[in-house]
Amino acid sequence: MTIKDAGSLTPFESGVEYSAPARGPWNIVHVGTLVPESHQVFVCAQSCLRGVVLTAAEMNAMDRFSTIAIQERNILKGDMEKLIIDGVSDILNKLPKLPRAVEVFSSCIHDFIGCDMEFVFGKLRLIFPDVDFTDCYMTPILRKTKFTPDARMRQQLYSLLHPVPLEEKTANVVGNLEPFYETCEILSMLRQGGWHLRDINNCGDYEEYQKMAASSVNIVTQTGTLSAGEALERRLKQKLLYLPVSYRYEEIDAELKLAAETMGLPLPDLQDLKERTDQALAHTAKALAGMPVAIDFNATTRPLGLARLLISHGIQVITVYADSFGKEEEPDFLWLKEHAPELKLSATVHGKMVALPRNEAEQYGGKLLAIGQKAAYFTGTRHFLNMLENSGLHGYEGIIRLARWMEEEAAREQDVPSIIQVKGWGCCG
Amino acid sequence: MRQVSRVLSTYTADVSGVCSALYEMGGMVIMHDASGCNSTYNTHDEPRWYDMPSMVYVSGLSELEAVMGDDDKLLRDVERAAKELHPRFVAIAGTPIPMMMGTDFKGIARLLERRLGIPVFGFATNGTHSYVSGVGMALAQAAKKFCLPKEQLTGPGGIQKQIPAEKADGAQKPCVNLLGVTPLDFSVTGNVEALKEAFQSEGYQVKSCWAMGSDFDELIRAGEAHVNVAVTVSGIETAIALQEMYGTPWVLGLPTGRKLLRKVLEAVDRAAATGENQFPLAWDDGTYEAESRRLPPSEEKVQRENGQPDQSHRQTYIIGEWVWAMALRYSLMAEYGYDRVSVICPLESEELFADRLLEERRERIPGVLTAAAGAGAFLEDEDQIEERLKNAELVIADPIYRRVLPKGKVVDFIEFPHEGYSGRIYRREIPVLIGEQWNRWFEQKCK
Repeated sequence: MTIKDAGSLTPFESGVEYSAPARGPWNIVHVGTLVPESHQVFVCAQSCLRGVVLTAAEMNAMDRFSTIAIQERNILKGDMEKLIIDGVSDILNKLPKLPRAVEVFSSCIHDFIGCDMEFVFGKLRLIFPDVDFTDCYMTPILRKTKFTPDARMRQQLYSLLHPVPLEEKTANVVGNLEPFYETCEILSMLRQGGWHLRDINNCGDYEEYQKMAASSVNIVTQTGTLSAGEALERRLKQKLLYLPVSYRYEEIDAELKLAAETMGLPLPDLQDLKERTDQALAHTAKALAGMPVAIDFNATTRPLGLARLLISHGIQVITVYADSFGKEEEPDFLWLKEHAPELKLSATVHGKMVALPRNEAEQYGGKLLAIGQKAAYFTGTRHFLNMLENSGLHGYEGIIRLARWMEEEAAREQDVPSIIQVKGWGCCG
Repeated sequence: MRQVSRVLSTYTADVSGVCSALYEMGGMVIMHDASGCNSTYNTHDEPRWYDMPSMVYVSGLSELEAVMGDDDKLLRDVERAAKELHPRFVAIAGTPIPMMMGTDFKGIARLLERRLGIPVFGFATNGTHSYVSGVGMALAQAAKKFCLPKEQLTGPGGIQKQIPAEKADGAQKPCVNLLGVTPLDFSVTGNVEALKEAFQSEGYQVKSCWAMGSDFDELIRAGEAHVNVAVTVSGIETAIALQEMYGTPWVLGLPTGRKLLRKVLEAVDRAAATGENQFPLAWDDGTYEAESRRLPPSEEKVQRENGQPDQSHRQTYIIGEWVWAMALRYSLMAEYGYDRVSVICPLESEELFADRLLEERRERIPGVLTAAAGAGAFLEDEDQIEERLKNAELVIADPIYRRVLPKGKVVDFIEFPHEGYSGRIYRREIPVLIGEQWNRWFEQKCK
């Protein structure tokens, strides 16, 4: 459909769901391994274990990963708590060395049978007093709720932090799967203000991870990870600073000002940043020379915002691939309805997606730039920016970097299938 | 401890087995699940996903629907999708949560069948069993539902079940169906093509292959074959179903290696001539015990003349799907003189294998039940496998099994990747295990 015909931020009817073979986004195994020196134990049925165990195998993390398979008899007998306690104990006793932390993943079944996980963790902590345990969840049944399994996983990633006195001029960035790109102005501001920024992506060992508990501010850059920041604010009294990735200049300005005020940071020359951003986008528009662009929701948390930015700078965006849009996208949604009414919106999981031709790029002689793996898959292009979940970009400098990447990828072809079928892109470095 | 895997992987589950079996039949398959089963399936279990579109979906079951036991959304969504996409049939397969909800898959199938006017299957899989059961039930149900009645078949299988015995070794070779063929056991590395070629090059027409590389029209004429060859355990149920429908005898075995290829072909001839099922993986006395093996002296001589050190007395373990692991075992023992070869089948428990597939039909499958005692064991748990491998000197298995080799001991390991176990990770190294190609591969590995 075109955006002018889209009635709301959830324009597509739900139904049976297709799954495109674009596997770059991280799953809970990838995310869980960000805690250094941790071990994961998944307690699920065989069908649920299969995906996570092979995720671990593909990322060469089998030595940090174990499973307990639920069978029908465990559900009928009601011995689930015993199965988990005995199973985790057996695993830990046989590991060459006790891990510093263990993430025990329960599944939908445990919620439905009322498994007493509090009792389970109480017992495990008694048996292994030197190991930190945390509860993690593989509960896709909650995927359509407000607190999604992914958001919950990002929250639990920091649940192992022990409360300590807070240090001044130290901050964490929370919930991101990549560090900020080195040129982002928020990093420059922090450095100039004498702040030290911690990020789980840069923690080499468990001690370093635990130092995150001492930071006085947590920076969160996307809605899906807000709950992680909120939980830390409640539990460790760390101040939450929400600076979402945005492509609207006025929103970026407001965020940078908020960061400056909250942490006492010097504010960069915003006008200069805006002018440089405009210049970068103008350069990209010229370089693309009318080459159409498609964007997907895995590439950026604000696909409509990005579409609006590019269109307003003379770059032709033809399709946005997403199944729904967040509330924060509403201003961009309305702007696009008015200024780019023919922009196509395409679902990614709708049942018809299996049958639609994946050759849109052919209409442009193969010259179509996809931003995101799903956009590349559905359009059939070979010009492809492999961007996932903002790829560490933030603020004006993030846009400038993005513009440069677009030019680079528009100018070269890639072997798309071999890239997008890799699970958890970038997880293994 | 049972059910615990400290370092090992897990096999593809039953629900993926259903999808894999029906993938090429033009139907719509819905995994009744919240999410996850579909991405697992098309990432790790389905090598055809990128290049061969098929209508395999997840229902997107939500918490509220599960708690309320609400099947209406499933019915609505499937009905709408089927009306839009016009599949040949619909199949719905269960996962753990529908098992908890007590979803009535047969009832849903009946209801949808009435509404849609096309065949609808309801498979009460629950994600706690391996793909072997899922593939088995899906292929068998498809055969029962779609295969044409005898009256509509023009070939000899429909009207005349057996070809005359005198012709079995003559110019006219029996036609066969190959049953239990999915990428989960054979991947997409040339095994299916080699399997068909193994029969066709010897004059045996392959009427259909269930279910890779055969058109739907070929599949539904399966009754025209003289003999069905179940090349995996997953093919047994279909073989039994087709025998009940057409009286077609069946052979259980995979033609791995030169000698077993000949033996399987002879078994096909014999089945066609006598109408009796054949089990070429067993020795001549009908058992699988190592002691029953009689290695012809000439082959031992060949081995010595090749100048290779005699490694045939090594305690050898083959881990994998029962039929192809047994076929490898046969080849090692009958062609290479190995005398201590055991199969470990982790795919189903011994009880399940026996109960579900064999026990109830014991009279039809002589000898198979002795397999556990005579040829190896059904071991699902990591501890059991690790314990069993303590005396291993050679292991042929998926590379992931390296992780449970005994410590502090030199054990030869031949990597034999299995798509249904390690998924796509080692796909490029999956060998062709049919006929002489297996011999060449094995001999290369032994150098």
